[in-house]
Amino acid sequence: MKQLLTKYNDKLVSQGLCDTGVPLICGLDDKLIWNRNSPLCGVLEEVIADLTINSLLFAKSAEPYFSIINYFIKDNIATIYPQDCETRTFLHDIPVTSELAVPTIIEALKRRKSIVIKDQGIVTFGIVSVEQAFIVYSSVCFAFFVKFFTDYLEDVRQNKVSRRQEEIFRGAVKIYEYFLGKVNFVPSFSGPFHDKEEVIKAMVEAAKFTVDSRMVDSFFGNISYRLGDTIYISQTASSLDELAGCIDPCPIDGSSCAGVTASSEYVAHRDILLDTDVKAILHGHPKFSVIMSMVCDDRECGARGDCHIKCPKKRFISDIAVVSGEVGTGFYGLCKTLPPAVKDKRGAIVYGHGLFTVGQSDFKDAFRNLVDIERMCFKIYLDRVKNGGNYDT
Amino acid sequence: MYGWTGKILHINLTEKKYTVENPSIDVYKKYIGGRGLAGYYLGDFIKEAYDAAVMPLLFFTGPLVGTSSPTSGRMTIMSKSPLTGTICDSSVGGSLGVQIKRAGFDGIVITGRAMSLCGIHISDSQIEIVDAQSLKGKEVSFAISRVGEEGSAIAVIGPAAENGVLFSCISVDGHFFSGRGGLGLGFASKNLKYVKVKGSTKTLVYDKNELDLAREEIFRLTSASPILMGEFGISNYGTSALYDLMHTRRMMPTNNFKSTYFEAAPTMNAWQYALKYKPKKKGCFGCHILCKKEGKDNTIIPEFETMSHFSALLNNTEIAAVVKSNNICNETGMDTISAAGTLSCYAEINEITLLPKQISKLLLDIAYNRQQGRQLKVGSRRYAESKGVPDVSITVKGQELPAYDPRGAYGMALAYATSTRGGCHLRAYPISHEILRKPVATDRFTFSGKARIIKISEDLNAIVDSLTACKFLFFAVSLEEYSRAFYGVTGIKVSAQDLLKTGERIFYNERIFNAACGFSSKDDDLPRRFFEESGSSGQSITVNPINRQEFLTARSAYYKIRGLDEDGMPREDKCRELGIVNSI
Repeated sequence: MKQLLTKYNDKLVSQGLCDTGVPLICGLDDKLIWNRNSPLCGVLEEVIADLTINSLLFAKSAEPYFSIINYFIKDNIATIYPQDCETRTFLHDIPVTSELAVPTIIEALKRRKSIVIKDQGIVTFGIVSVEQAFIVYSSVCFAFFVKFFTDYLEDVRQNKVSRRQEEIFRGAVKIYEYFLGKVNFVPSFSGPFHDKEEVIKAMVEAAKFTVDSRMVDSFFGNISYRLGDTIYISQTASSLDELAGCIDPCPIDGSSCAGVTASSEYVAHRDILLDTDVKAILHGHPKFSVIMSMVCDDRECGARGDCHIKCPKKRFISDIAVVSGEVGTGFYGLCKTLPPAVKDKRGAIVYGHGLFTVGQSDFKDAFRNLVDIERMCFKIYLDRVKNGGNYDT
Repeated sequence: MYGWTGKILHINLTEKKYTVENPSIDVYKKYIGGRGLAGYYLGDFIKEAYDAAVMPLLFFTGPLVGTSSPTSGRMTIMSKSPLTGTICDSSVGGSLGVQIKRAGFDGIVITGRAMSLCGIHISDSQIEIVDAQSLKGKEVSFAISRVGEEGSAIAVIGPAAENGVLFSCISVDGHFFSGRGGLGLGFASKNLKYVKVKGSTKTLVYDKNELDLAREEIFRLTSASPILMGEFGISNYGTSALYDLMHTRRMMPTNNFKSTYFEAAPTMNAWQYALKYKPKKKGCFGCHILCKKEGKDNTIIPEFETMSHFSALLNNTEIAAVVKSNNICNETGMDTISAAGTLSCYAEINEITLLPKQISKLLLDIAYNRQQGRQLKVGSRRYAESKGVPDVSITVKGQELPAYDPRGAYGMALAYATSTRGGCHLRAYPISHEILRKPVATDRFTFSGKARIIKISEDLNAIVDSLTACKFLFFAVSLEEYSRAFYGVTGIKVSAQDLLKTGERIFYNERIFNAACGFSSKDDDLPRRFFEESGSSGQSITVNPINRQEFLTARSAYYKIRGLDEDGMPREDKCRELGIVNSI
């Protein structure tokens, strides 16, 4: 248990979500174990006593998340409603509060997976594993980040940016600019690959680079490679930085269901791999690709509010298509919209969700495309801000 | 009252009378419906014999049944198990739950014993007990063809129950089964062949908009689930989608659990059935997943457990024999898991491998109480004991284990042991996280952290069975979404955690019932084989025997977390905390 707590403490820090020494995490089986001592342990144990859970995470976020999150918490607001895919699908909404009060935390966590406390941090929990708490923590940070920048652009357009907003914007951009500039991973394996071992090695490396370059929040991305009549794809809920042992070989003819644990985006991957001559696909959630996908200038559009499921337009960010579509295979599933959008392109963005990129024979192109498109989206975003929120026409 | 009808129908077969009870809202809030509410009505009689006239046979729906809440077509059938002597219930699909609700009842309590074989007809407020002598000894589909009716639901037993098979089941609408624990014998002991129900009233919904929003959330999560709606998921292949996974994880019970790897599995998987039978999707009333598969000529494609046990467990390599075995069990009314487990025990004791013809013959002999079947109809534990080799019976509390070898998933090992209805995978269903990676993956080869996970999962599934909804859906959704649906339907504001607490009360009640029947820690255990023999290692997966000391430590931790004493018995203070009175 202690090992697990240490592992997720380290992930929070390495992902830039928390500063070193900040996360307070406990795991509970028949005994309660904390990752470190803190005067807050007693308070949080009161919370734990009232909930049926097996782990709890409380941590102040690192910058820029801390300032961004605090910006949204106001006395008269109890809930924030980010519109990104992860919030809509998994979190639904995010309770917030201005003070660290045990009854308020308990009440929120009885209903939702997290609560955000002004100036203090985020509280999340797991009922199966501390990993759930980590995922939610990461998703909350991501959701607030995306919401801040989409709201900011709109406020720029309406000329109503506050001084505080401006300060946070500049600080966050500076941090992101610095980090994005540093990303210089280059996958080492050259394709095409000829056997399972080569494929897996290359996938494990590229997936880890995706996490290390912070091109995905928590680790909800996925990755695949076609080798002959088999598609190798990351398993559902697998951590992209720990992919060894978590890759499913799926025969294209469907002759085995062992891939029932494959990523929820398997069908989208398969259709791209069957419809094109690419062999590698990488999916991450780079922030400004997601943010820019949610910026649409057609204010009179009849589908506004339903952009994530039925955008009627052909939207592009430069050469990259933005399509609607929800996770998986439902009526509005992205498996229907994504494959045609990727054809003959470097990749495509799914509205409010993330970026899928492709590589002809290995992950070098796929990874480079991921980073390049994110850099492009970041630049376009900043250009728009400079231009009063509008495209430079 | 929204969601519930507020009425429980009591039928006494001895007196041929019925009454209608209106429980207080407090009872509903405390036990919700389905498994919880049925348990409330079973409690006073749990010490009685399963075939005592006072022993109730319980049919309970939940508040969500009959509404547009996803997968709410299910219900609970409960009584005392003839096989194990524990509490026994099944969450069963089909349309029975919906018809009971439409007839105006949240539940039906059947007691007494008819003078001769009878059936019960319920049509809205019309209740009739009718003669069913002409159906004596008849198979399920024959009975349905005689008394079934378009638009009505029917629960019926086959000849196995009438012939005293301890693992006889109840068929609902001919395709759905209250399979485990021998509840079919509960019918037979009351001289009851079938219950037919048809109703026409609608369930009142408090706030349709809230329910619609909950539905939207649930559908979105379902669509995002590869296990439910993915290319290889159970919507496409049924539960048999798990077959290849169990094979590749080397935890497929083979040859009466002597090994965990079945060489022929790739030729017996869901894909092969799809090629052979070209099945169509079917499912419970109101379900969008449709996990049942029916092939040409109405052939029912076996569920995963049946498919695995009638192939690997018996070393059978013929798909047609699996389908035939399933059909025999369905028609004669026998639990496929226990039937296969009993045959594999028989095969091991007699040191033979059963040929397909022998499997069919033995199943029919059991169902019709003839030849070797007379010894086998009591299940593997009693049979193995009678032969002086009790350890060859792979059971927990006398019930045969399903198709997940516990040496390959330690949470499953603990969950088998602590299940309140004996060898059962569904009370905690840790396969969800140990194999299917939902909601997140856990290490399947460790007990670390599993005690609390199992306890919480048991509470979760107790409330899911009480609302009622389908456990499969909870691979993708959580009580967050269902608490919203519950509010939309009933108007009662509860949180996910409130519902979990109610689930804890429901499960604890079951521990109290079993304790009253003499069950304790000595029964919360696994067969010796799992502690002494390895599974089939290979492909970089090592399947060791379970370390007994680690198992016992995890079980002790479970007792502590569950609020039981060191012997697994209920505690007064925990009863008070959960609001359970006069129960120890």
